[in-house]
Amino acid sequence: MFYREAGDFKLSYVEDSQTFPIRFDRYRYFAVLAVAYGVIPFFVNDYWANAILLPFLIYAIAAIGLNILVGYCGQVSLGTGGFMAVGAYACYKLMTAFPDVSMFIHVLLAGGITALICVLFGLPSLRIKGFYLAVATLAAQFFLVWLFNRVPWFYNYSASGQINAPEREVFGIIVTGPNAPAWATYMFCLIFVTFCAVVARNLTRGTQGRTWMAIRDMDIAAEIIGVSPLKAKMTAFAVSGFFVGISGALFFSVYLGAVEVGEAFGINKSFLVLFMVIIGGLGSIFGSFAGAAFLVLLPVVLKVVGVDMLGWPTDIVAHFQLVIVGALIVTFLILEPHGLAQLWRVAKEKLRLWPFPH
Amino acid sequence: MLDQSDSYVTEDGRTIGPVVMEMKNITLRFGGVVAIKDISFDIREGEIRAIIGPNGAGKSSMLNVISGFYVPQDGEVLFHGKKRPPMRPYEVARQGIARTFQNIALFDGMSVLDNVMTGRLNYMKTNLFQQALWKGWAEKEETENREVVEKIIDFLEIQAIRKTPVARLPYGLKKRVELARALAAEPKLLLLDEPMAGMNVEEKEDMSRFILDVNDEFGTTIALIEHDMGVVMDLSDRVVVMDYGKKIGDGTPEEVRNNQDVIDAYLGVSHD
Repeated sequence: MFYREAGDFKLSYVEDSQTFPIRFDRYRYFAVLAVAYGVIPFFVNDYWANAILLPFLIYAIAAIGLNILVGYCGQVSLGTGGFMAVGAYACYKLMTAFPDVSMFIHVLLAGGITALICVLFGLPSLRIKGFYLAVATLAAQFFLVWLFNRVPWFYNYSASGQINAPEREVFGIIVTGPNAPAWATYMFCLIFVTFCAVVARNLTRGTQGRTWMAIRDMDIAAEIIGVSPLKAKMTAFAVSGFFVGISGALFFSVYLGAVEVGEAFGINKSFLVLFMVIIGGLGSIFGSFAGAAFLVLLPVVLKVVGVDMLGWPTDIVAHFQLVIVGALIVTFLILEPHGLAQLWRVAKEKLRLWPFPH
Repeated sequence: MLDQSDSYVTEDGRTIGPVVMEMKNITLRFGGVVAIKDISFDIREGEIRAIIGPNGAGKSSMLNVISGFYVPQDGEVLFHGKKRPPMRPYEVARQGIARTFQNIALFDGMSVLDNVMTGRLNYMKTNLFQQALWKGWAEKEETENREVVEKIIDFLEIQAIRKTPVARLPYGLKKRVELARALAAEPKLLLLDEPMAGMNVEEKEDMSRFILDVNDEFGTTIALIEHDMGVVMDLSDRVVVMDYGKKIGDGTPEEVRNNQDVIDAYLGVSHD
């Protein structure tokens, strides 16, 4: 009823392959963009930016990156935390070495460097699959964290072993460091999220996406129709690494400001992003956003409900969060392996007919 | 006897050209098992060439040798008269050889349209950055290839299911989609591994018609493995018969039908 395709005729193949084929979806998408760019920056304060918006945006980029690798190309990775650390440290080194260059360039370069490292650690995927690949990427996770801890060059020989984001500007507006205004950090991340989501969508709807999905669904048949497995897997690792690197750079420079590598980019981070992808939906860009929003909002909502409304002790609520996330992952894996994105898809199918049964 | 470069016209008016693919003394072993033993045959341009034989005769192995999955221990594969070095399956695909599989090998997570579009991968020339931009090169390429794919979808009469996820389709349609994907590559040589296995009579008739139409309209050379003798005898121009990895017959359907070795292999022979 609300959500109809009837009368929405496609007259060309270009129209048929657009991102949002249904008119209602398209309008909704523009409405979300308008609110995100035109309304929120004027109302955002430090609490909203730091507790909800920044982590959501940054994790969404990481989830898109991991989703390309796991959801589209079928290569399991547990190294996301390590690769985010590469992005963070690359960004740190660039920021301190070239203080006058725009942060945009730094973050993009950090993404590029992470892409190269990711390809390097993706090489075993040519020989091994599934669980064994997961273990190989786990090695990358531990190695990278160890490397950033042990080699002082990476943290510029600082006494604490931490890296601290100095104040940097974009077009004269401060986006990093403690003096950055909330709206500026928000807008900075939002621009990267929009960029990453559009690029990811363009890649996945076209030739490259089909190549990745072919490798995921049946690698033998993919090879017989002319897919080079080496090229397909390496591009997936590169593109995924690029996004994850961007998210790591933003996570360090814009969101946290100071980072101790084992704490911020440990194995827990890898699992968190993987859970986002699983709960959100494998092989869906929207699912990456849904998963990131869900896992960022869950602790906030639990805190509001548990601590502020019911008056429970904080540590009990914190433990509850672990239990709930664990239970949800098991539930999703059993009931809906395609995650929130699939639930959304089913809801849309229903809405097409509602309130009529047929 | 025909020469390699000769061409002739069949009774139904099709022109069969010179030899495009020649297998010379192919031997393929898996450890101690000899799957293919010193087999030679050729495939001529524009013909429908059948490979038949009882189960385990080595037919699928032969197809896998042609499509590059297996590298034979002995013998040569000549494509357009040139010796083909051992190459990966995707390199073989780029030479214009497409195939279907005995047990369907479609991409289950994708729609029919996307599956058929993957068949066009070798024609996609835009790089990663052009595709990330989408507008311009990538969109133009997508549209051009979509037009080709839509023609094949029309040809195989699967318009109604083009947006359906492949996993939801019944068996017969899956086989047809797989044929569509192979055709989308516009192959010079099309290999079909049991295209009619597990089909009922109507589906077999449909598939036979498609195979003949493909051969007729696109001039595609076809090599197929099939167990239904009626189909093989009706469709093919020449037949290779294999048994226990050896070639026991080669010729027109009539010649093969009257070959004593072939009759023995299929009907059995008394050892007294």
